[in-house]
Amino acid sequence: MANKKDEVIREVTQNEYKYGFFTDIETDTLPKGLNEDIIRLISAKKEEPEWLLEFRLKSFGQWKKMSMPHWAHLKIPGIDYQDIIYYSAPRQKASPESLDDIDPELRETFDKLGIPLDEQKHLTGVAVDAIMDSVSVKTTFSETLAELGIIFCSFSEAVKNHPDLVRKYLGSVVPYTDNYFAALNSAVFSDGSFCYIPRGVRCPMELSTYFRINAANTGQFERTLLVADDESYVSYLEGCTAPMRDENQLHAAVVEIVALEKAEVKYSTVQNWYPGNKEGKGGIFNFVTKRGICKGNDSKISWTQVETGSAITWKYPSCILKGHNSIGEFFSVAVTNNHQQADTGTKMIHIGRNTRSTIISKGISAGKSQNSYRGLVRILKNAKNARNFSQCDSLLLGNKCGAHTFPYIETDNSSAIVEHEATTSKISEDQIFYCNQRGIDTEKAIGLIVNGYAREVLNKLPMEFAVEAQKLLQISLEGSVG
Amino acid sequence: MLLIKELKVNVAGKEILYGINLEVKAGEVHAIMGPNGSGKSTLAAALAGRDTIDVIHGSVKYMGEDLLEMDPEERAKKGIFLGFQYPVEIPGVSMVNFMKTAVNEHRIFQGKEPLSAGDFLKYMRERKELVEFDSQLTNRSVNEGFSGGEKKKNEIFQMALIEPKLAILDETDSGLDIDALRVVANGVNALKNKDNATIVITHYQRLLDYIVPDFVHVLFQGRIVKSSGRELALELEEKGYDWIRAEANGQV
Repeated sequence: MANKKDEVIREVTQNEYKYGFFTDIETDTLPKGLNEDIIRLISAKKEEPEWLLEFRLKSFGQWKKMSMPHWAHLKIPGIDYQDIIYYSAPRQKASPESLDDIDPELRETFDKLGIPLDEQKHLTGVAVDAIMDSVSVKTTFSETLAELGIIFCSFSEAVKNHPDLVRKYLGSVVPYTDNYFAALNSAVFSDGSFCYIPRGVRCPMELSTYFRINAANTGQFERTLLVADDESYVSYLEGCTAPMRDENQLHAAVVEIVALEKAEVKYSTVQNWYPGNKEGKGGIFNFVTKRGICKGNDSKISWTQVETGSAITWKYPSCILKGHNSIGEFFSVAVTNNHQQADTGTKMIHIGRNTRSTIISKGISAGKSQNSYRGLVRILKNAKNARNFSQCDSLLLGNKCGAHTFPYIETDNSSAIVEHEATTSKISEDQIFYCNQRGIDTEKAIGLIVNGYAREVLNKLPMEFAVEAQKLLQISLEGSVG
Repeated sequence: MLLIKELKVNVAGKEILYGINLEVKAGEVHAIMGPNGSGKSTLAAALAGRDTIDVIHGSVKYMGEDLLEMDPEERAKKGIFLGFQYPVEIPGVSMVNFMKTAVNEHRIFQGKEPLSAGDFLKYMRERKELVEFDSQLTNRSVNEGFSGGEKKKNEIFQMALIEPKLAILDETDSGLDIDALRVVANGVNALKNKDNATIVITHYQRLLDYIVPDFVHVLFQGRIVKSSGRELALELEEKGYDWIRAEANGQV
């Protein structure tokens, strides 16, 4: 039985990556390597103001003083930062007026990814910023949203059209000194999405950014900044894919969220970067810093992530709970297979009174992969009556993979209540046989059981994407489910 | 419907069944009784295709086909249902989702259209009434947090949804109070017709007051040592298994 099940798991966990194609388009590419001249060139290409160039150069200076972090439970091969292209953009009109201005190849690429740039064709109620390599290709529904005063555009456009907002908040949550990859990103970031929800506005549609790495030897360094003003609400989703290549590619993004008084931000990620092949060759190095601050009282930030891709994931979407009564949430499903490695989790920093945080993490490991949860719950001195509940579950498929949990709790206020629960389990032969006896084959049974295991988190995703994510989970681990 | 000939099986290298012969025809109810460790559950598992069980000799024909050649899911889809002695919990998978998947697998196999969510819910409500299944339980995860009695009732409910040709109920009565026992038995009786058959595996004759068998077999030390009509169950109830033991040992 064990052998047969392992066989099925092996079979079903090795489905081909669906998004591995490459689009052959003309690009505007800077030479490889990282130095001040390259940074000046990136900034010049984007016609940036002086203050932003200064920010980049300061960040670069900082980065040079820092070294790769090695505390994660990851084996990271040496990265030659001089062997990476830091800017590559599909050649097109600077800001396409209409769809006709977009290269048909590009449109086709996004169609293939299920992200039509044509507003008519798109899922109703979802606005998309589509980003390929270093630039934003098109943002849909910008005008509709603008009527409500919502700004949703590429980061470059925001720098041009809303410099004050960008300048005020850029680096305010993740300073360039924060860590090695944040410093690198701050120096060379190319594009990303910017979003501002004005006071009292409930954003009527899901906002979403779709990231696509296309060019070879290129790193993707996007920057996302999301500001929710007093009493506003927004739900935001990002998705990502990349072509299959034998070389590893670096993705080092920074996401910053600011929630002001009584504001609520829901940020969901479905991460499906190319994970590398079965032997562990190729794949994306996904080194991402995501952090939100509940700056105002009664504000709330909720992270939901479904991580199925990347060769290596290093990512800890976190919340700084500064406002009194503010709430931070982290819901995560991380799937690793073959030779993938993931070290992911969250930090909940309780500063304000009556702050609450919830952490639900579900790790699923298959193949020869390593999957770690790493989380910090920190209660500061003045965080009276802070509460945290953490639950970290690991599910192992097969016997060659690993699951690890590294929870850290630091409490400086005795009124805090912090709870941590953890479990590790395997899919049992009994469960599979029970499904078989009801007419469900082993492949479907595994899909059913894995989805059941992750359901608590999948339920947190916006409806439109929950189904997608469910499918993705099954594709990452197996064929399909009924 | 089912014809077992000289079936010998091993579990973990140890011989458990020493040559079982049994024929079950459509419309019949067979009871298999016997003391603990006599091989009753092993027989049920062998018929359902559990692969911890090695068949080393004999044949099993089901509807004219070689049952032993089939995967467990194929056996299930061809109409064999096992009511588990210890139903398994599947956290996070709702009963609705689980049974919709199961029922639709059967339908696809039979060349029918799978049921939509709406149609399935309607069908489920109908079947629920038939077996007096508590409506709350279908909203929960498969068997998770169910009491012993609820788990057993859930097996009968699943049987009602799947409508098998041959149901094998493995100690479905164990651990049930008298009310639950009645519910389970009523369910089994309500599902009975001339085209299907039931094998009831039980320890006690109690269940057989409600599910009246056409045949009673006594399984002892891996063999069927006695087969008779219903009266055998009553005799066992009265005398216990010792006389069977004595008789069987005398034969050896």
